[in-house]
Amino acid sequence: MLTVDNLSVYYGAIRALHQVSCRVDQGEIVALIGANGAGKTTILTTISGIVSSSTGSIAFEGEDITRMPAHQIVTKGISQVPEGRRVFARMSVQENLEMGGFILSNKQEIKQGIERAFTLFPRLAERRKQAARTLSGGEQQMLAMGRALMSNPRLLLLDEPSMGLAPMLVEKIFEIIVEINKTGTTIMLVEQNASMALSIAHRAYVLETGEVVLSGSASDLASNPEVRKAYLGE
Amino acid sequence: MFLQQLINGIALGSTYALIALGYTMVYGIITLINFAHGEIFMVGAFVGLLLVSVLKLNIFLAMAGSMAFCMIMGVVIEFIAYRPLRKSSRLSALISAIGVSIFLSSLAMMVFGANAKGFPSEAFPARQLHIGNADISTLQLLIIGVSALLMLALEFIVQKTKIGKAMRATSEDYNTAALMGINVNFVISFTFALGSALAAAGGVLVGLLFNSVSFNMGLMAGLKAFAAAVLGGIGSIPGAMLGGLLLGVAEVFGVAIGYSSYRDAIAFAILVLVLLVRPTGLLGRKILKKV
Ligand SMILES: Nc1ncnc2c1ncn2[C@@H]1O[C@H](COP(=O)(O)OP(=O)(O)OP(=O)(O)O)[C@@H](O)[C@H]1O
Ligand SMILES: [Mg+2]
Repeated sequence: MLTVDNLSVYYGAIRALHQVSCRVDQGEIVALIGANGAGKTTILTTISGIVSSSTGSIAFEGEDITRMPAHQIVTKGISQVPEGRRVFARMSVQENLEMGGFILSNKQEIKQGIERAFTLFPRLAERRKQAARTLSGGEQQMLAMGRALMSNPRLLLLDEPSMGLAPMLVEKIFEIIVEINKTGTTIMLVEQNASMALSIAHRAYVLETGEVVLSGSASDLASNPEVRKAYLGE
Repeated sequence: MFLQQLINGIALGSTYALIALGYTMVYGIITLINFAHGEIFMVGAFVGLLLVSVLKLNIFLAMAGSMAFCMIMGVVIEFIAYRPLRKSSRLSALISAIGVSIFLSSLAMMVFGANAKGFPSEAFPARQLHIGNADISTLQLLIIGVSALLMLALEFIVQKTKIGKAMRATSEDYNTAALMGINVNFVISFTFALGSALAAAGGVLVGLLFNSVSFNMGLMAGLKAFAAAVLGGIGSIPGAMLGGLLLGVAEVFGVAIGYSSYRDAIAFAILVLVLLVRPTGLLGRKILKKV
């Protein structure tokens, strides 16, 4: 479904990614794990077209999207929940969801999308008129996820959905990720919380200083001694 | 006397507000001080004047025509002078803006000459109304009415329409807006179009008010409107409206109580005083540092 091939990305003179290759197949949950600064966010922002690569290519459903502008990539069926949630703080919950459905032209479809988000996250429904900045961190995460789902993506990119959330809530969010995946949305998940990520993923990649150093099925990686030592706190 | 000066001040302030909105909207979206904005206002006044005196259009059609012309001009300026510098330092874009500003005023001087031109008196045959002991001209009512209508229309666009919401989203977070499928380049063009249309309307109204249109009228009006935008809190739309009105009223009262030789300094004195107390302007938001 998604094929990333030999991707290198620079921020000025800083090399953030070096010849990264990875793929995501239809229906999968693929986790990307790695320490701070490993380049996880950069992979997602490059796929979404926010950051441009210096070499390498990205193909989605057979189409080359490497140089496609970000807003067009959304229409191809890729949506992202960015790191730190990045809800539109001064806009209401409802307006945030409307922005998520920006590419939809049918009013009915937007309405249904909002209803779907409220079914998935009932706490958002009670707060639909509230400015997003007044939401708690967990609610903002829900809003960011609901917003990303509005465009009916076939591939959902999630950047650290557990960041800053209480353990109970982390569990809840991961349950919802699995639920979203079961309804047919393919997922690429970036996480610092490697044990949670590996517990729901089918496959995973381990990133170190901009390079893929390990990859394989999530269960293999979870039992790999190096991974256990470096990322699972053993 | 008081009522009369107040109306004078509101009429003048409405025109500052119309211009200030363009500064604040553009700043809100790409953090650029569009130095050429005052010259767009000047061009708007000239186009309105030409449409009235050469094509003999009525003042409302002339204003609409001038707004349409400046919309396109604003979009073209952004495309040629600012977009290629979007990823460069802010200083480069600012210098480019100053360049556009000088270019437009020099061009206007070459085309229209250095002398101020006036609207023909039949453009808007103003009458005086006596309300209480105040003499109010229908021209002032026109200015206040048109400005109020345009500002309401702007508020509707920004709050209720899809493109207006996209503007707000883009001004909050450029990259995340793009992740929503919003074409941020289009939103930026649209913002320039809106701001320039308001400036053009302001140009025609100011041209009528002082019965004078000249190649250098954009400089002082632009500076005062910019002061109004900063006073209200740059980036804030209601702030620009409030700032414009306040400066207009303050200027008129300042002149009325005898400071007429400081007319143009009043706006900046108020700006400095307010910024000392509230660095973000009256309705400006605190700038939160990202953690
Ligand atoms: N906008 C930027 N400008 C300059 N350097 C950047 C920028 N964004 C990221 N980097 C650098 O690129 C490298 C990879 O960063 P990235 O954000 O992709 O890492 P990450 O794996 O997501 O880290 P974290 O777990 O902390 O979110 C880091 O060295 C970072 O300092
Ligand atoms: Mg990151």
